[in-house]
Amino acid sequence: MAPRWTDARTGRLLGALVCAVLLTTASMLLFVLVQGWPSFAHNGLHWFGSGGSVDVQIRNIFLSGETGTHPVYTFHAWPLVWSTILITGGAVVISLVISLFVSAFIVEFAPEPIRAVLRPVIRLLAAVPSVIYGLIGVLVVVPFIGNHLISQSARASKAGIISLSGYSLLAAAVILTVMISPLMVAVFSDGMRTVPSGWVEGSLGLGVNRWRTFWKIVVRTARPAIVAGTVLAAARAIGEAVMLAMVSGSVGFSPNPGDGWLFFVEPSRPLAPTIIKNSEELSSPPMHATLFAIASVLLLSSALFSLVGWAAKQPMKKYGVRA
Amino acid sequence: MQRDRLRSWRLGDRVGLGLCWALGALFCAIAAAIVIYMLVEGLRYLRPALLVTHPTGGYGEAHSGGFLDPLLGTFLVAALAMVVALPVGIAVAVWLSEFGRPAGLARATESTIEMIAGAPSIVLALFGTIIFQSGALGLFSRTAHGVVFGRSFFAAGAMLSLVAIPLVVANTREGLQLIPAHVREASYAVGKTKAATIRRILLPAARPQMATGAILGIGRVIGDTAIIVILLGATLTFNGAGGLSGLSTLRGTGSTLTSYIYTNSPAGEGNQPGKAYAAAFVLLLMVLVLNASVDLVARRGRKHRWN
Repeated sequence: MAPRWTDARTGRLLGALVCAVLLTTASMLLFVLVQGWPSFAHNGLHWFGSGGSVDVQIRNIFLSGETGTHPVYTFHAWPLVWSTILITGGAVVISLVISLFVSAFIVEFAPEPIRAVLRPVIRLLAAVPSVIYGLIGVLVVVPFIGNHLISQSARASKAGIISLSGYSLLAAAVILTVMISPLMVAVFSDGMRTVPSGWVEGSLGLGVNRWRTFWKIVVRTARPAIVAGTVLAAARAIGEAVMLAMVSGSVGFSPNPGDGWLFFVEPSRPLAPTIIKNSEELSSPPMHATLFAIASVLLLSSALFSLVGWAAKQPMKKYGVRA
Repeated sequence: MQRDRLRSWRLGDRVGLGLCWALGALFCAIAAAIVIYMLVEGLRYLRPALLVTHPTGGYGEAHSGGFLDPLLGTFLVAALAMVVALPVGIAVAVWLSEFGRPAGLARATESTIEMIAGAPSIVLALFGTIIFQSGALGLFSRTAHGVVFGRSFFAAGAMLSLVAIPLVVANTREGLQLIPAHVREASYAVGKTKAATIRRILLPAARPQMATGAILGIGRVIGDTAIIVILLGATLTFNGAGGLSGLSTLRGTGSTLTSYIYTNSPAGEGNQPGKAYAAAFVLLLMVLVLNASVDLVARRGRKHRWN
């Protein structure tokens, strides 16, 4: 009986499927770029620059498409880019520090019962849907900041420029930190656990205490995992749309570091929430191009992060790390 | 022994260790706070009637109905996404772990899967609008006067499967790699082909990890909002698109719990926090159950040992 599923045929069939997945991804990259191209072509590098109110520009782009007159593409996205950099960067930096300590605790210092509690807790925090984080943010964190951290005089000092109501960089960065640090902890602690125990014991045997040993031996050996975890978390953070749409304040304002302490409670709107806020307006051709231009910036940066993370993880394969 | 060892540490080291404890406790506190807060608020607003009434567009919490449609929509979307993601993900994982030639293609696949995992779901959603608005795929969504709307359960399910595929691939692959080489060799030695070995030996043995991947995938799918808002339309109730009754729902628009929460939060149009809390509570319960079942599956999988 001739087998229907010969090995060569199975291999080719699965290979074809894999190629289909690759093609889909490649076409996604291509399509998004092509659709967004008019916006880039029209603005050049000024796309990333500042100038004018970005919210007014978005409205003009939309209206020009709806009324059918000459399409307007002028779009200077700096306030959105700046907000993305601040919120994502802030969250990644805070989570990096927190996650290092927490994974040190989980891997090395926590007694067994606490470890048994902490591991499911981390997994739960990673699994909570972003919209629930957003809901808690908008109903608990934002009112708290608005009522307790912003004084009446501070609000008056900004009257006429921007309204400080609690929707802020601070709220967005704090909640984003809670969202991405479980991801980091998972990758970090996987990496730290695979450090050969002989190296640790060697250091302990020389009389170095456990704390020093951990930071000098384990953390340094697990450096690829730390880079990978950070970068993967950054990729996740930069694409977060819904939660940030709920707590960031949704105005195209660029927070000004010159405002001192108030800088942290100023509202803004990152790139990804801009897409979701304007998704009803995709029917207007110039708006379509603008939103796809934003999407291609997001896609390219997250793809870059993912690839860097993937490359950084390769050396860890030697020690048999998955993740 | 731990105690007196600690006393010899420098102050900075001891402070660091204290920080470790504090941050570990902080994580537990945040998780507990989220669960307890959602539990309290959820139980305050959740009525059994909410689960079985259709939502209506009314002002005030008393007039806006329940969330039967979003609840069913969540199940529907999860099922559709997994119907695509499971076979594709398992196939990719099998190819990567058992074939993997040429090596260049394998490396490209690995990094592509990683890229899909990192791709923002909002970008996947926009990509979905291009695909499903094309005329050739008109049969998957509502069509009127030659214009394809491109918003349907099919569209959302297809794009959400991309969200789940990386998780299925990673877990299945891990399961396959846990099986030692001598098991494969024993199977070849009794005359089984590679294809038969994969189907009869390797896949059944990797089933716990496949289940883990599937559950994690479902968790990610039901938690996604951006794709639902853009590709499913986030309408209040199911809006069928004509044709056969079952197919009509799948071709039509609808909503899930996530988009319902988003719409009813102060950031959305509905702004009925009571309803949002109740729906969020139900969603969180689903996530907790999925999380617990991952543990259960992992524990059952661990019993299997190759010696």
